[in-house]
Amino acid sequence: MYDLLSVIIIGCSVGGMYALLALGLAMIFAILGLLNLAHGELIAATGYTMFFLALTGMPFIVIVMFAVIAAVIGALLMERIAFRPIRNAGVATGLITSFGLEIILQSGWQNFISPTRLSIDIPMWLIRFWDIGDTGFSTFQGIAIVLTLVTVVSLTIFLKRTTVGLAMRAAAENFPVTQLMGIRANAVIATAFAISGLLAGFAAFLWIAQRGSCDPHMGLEPGIMAFISIIFGGTASLSGAVLGGLFLGLLQVSLRTYLPDALLPFQQAISYIVVISVLVRWPDGLVSIFKKEERERR
Amino acid sequence: MLLLENVSVSYGPIQAVRNADIAVKKGEVVTLLGPNGAGKSSTLGAVMGLHPISGGQILFEDRLISGMATEKIVRHGLTLTPEGRQVFAGLTVYENLRLGAAARQDRKEIRETRSMVFELFPILSDRRSQQAGTLSGGEQQQLAIARSLMSKPRLLMLDEPSLGLAPVIVDQIFRLISRLRKNGLTILLVEQNAEMSLQIADRGYVFASGEIEKSGTSKELRSSSDIMAAYLGT
Repeated sequence: MYDLLSVIIIGCSVGGMYALLALGLAMIFAILGLLNLAHGELIAATGYTMFFLALTGMPFIVIVMFAVIAAVIGALLMERIAFRPIRNAGVATGLITSFGLEIILQSGWQNFISPTRLSIDIPMWLIRFWDIGDTGFSTFQGIAIVLTLVTVVSLTIFLKRTTVGLAMRAAAENFPVTQLMGIRANAVIATAFAISGLLAGFAAFLWIAQRGSCDPHMGLEPGIMAFISIIFGGTASLSGAVLGGLFLGLLQVSLRTYLPDALLPFQQAISYIVVISVLVRWPDGLVSIFKKEERERR
Repeated sequence: MLLLENVSVSYGPIQAVRNADIAVKKGEVVTLLGPNGAGKSSTLGAVMGLHPISGGQILFEDRLISGMATEKIVRHGLTLTPEGRQVFAGLTVYENLRLGAAARQDRKEIRETRSMVFELFPILSDRRSQQAGTLSGGEQQQLAIARSLMSKPRLLMLDEPSLGLAPVIVDQIFRLISRLRKNGLTILLVEQNAEMSLQIADRGYVFASGEIEKSGTSKELRSSSDIMAAYLGT
């Protein structure tokens, strides 16, 4: 019983981090049709900002704030420098550009900062373990769940209530007609990138709180998980990104907990088999399952 | 009001519009006629800056607008209701209208325009919180026009507003266009339904494979039976 509780808490915290990353990816994909393979590098950018700011001895919270801002700026720069010039080119051009950006950034961290792991001091309160019976969770895992929840709710309100939010939803449906409304394309796209950077910054904070270090390849794994999340959940839908992220997190944590020791080395493989089996049955992702039920209920 | 001088539009090696000269005066309804693929929609798209022109220039109220970004052109008082309605299906009627006014600042004026629009299209008022994708074709066309009106244009361009609609609804749309014109709106109308659009238009231009074959008042065009037969199939 306690096991199940901690699987749910930890699963949701891991899944929440994937969901934050996946949301940013899905938003850019919905609006521009661009699959940004370099999205995970925003995590590394956040990590290195934290590392260097920590050297100045600032309070941890301030460091995190600046690091998240760095992720937003990083995302805006990506758009301005790499993606805006090729905006009207085809899908393949965008994909290859983002792949190139990913490689440039990774080798940049490697050559200009350090090829090795740099440790970042995480304050005790953040990794403090809270007991629940014979199990429990750490502060940052609690923060992950709350942060994901708050972010998803605020993003939903933003997309429903503000004109920029409406414009983003409209642009995801039909970009040229959105421009016919007199809406500035650059403003909509820059906002989308800024939000994706903000969410990546949050995710990076959670990822770093968990591992206490940064290295040139740190963005790779969460980046890949975010891709799997949006496909697992249902491409180009924001609810799909959240659902996919949460399910993937829960799946990984429950496999890690419940698999017999002999099978543990295969946990990644097993989780991918589950994802692929779901996609074989429901090619449009998890969201389509729920939508179908909704339709049947009516 | 709107002046196209020697305008050409190309998509790669294909020239969609060749050396078109078109003038629309304030208060007029002008129609562009011609078969599918003759360059009518490309002309409207070029005016809105949706695709670049390869030659000539476009002036709106004596201001050069060719080469401007679409969003800027809209802010100068020109708008296009695109072909095939293209309402934002996942957004509500109300949200669609809100985006139509996205380029405007004054909330009070926007509210006034909205009440005017709801008066013109009572059905949209009834369905304001419904998703646009759930509306019928005719209702979507009304929404598309209403959304364009929300930007308070001085010149409205309509691209095939009757396309794919039942005859009763088409009548309704054309009545609406005459009403808008009475309200003082200048209209540039692209239609395949030549008979109907010449009834409400003052003048027309007939396109054939990218060039303007003939222009004149609606009366002249209607009485010129060879034009009607050759290019419009009536």
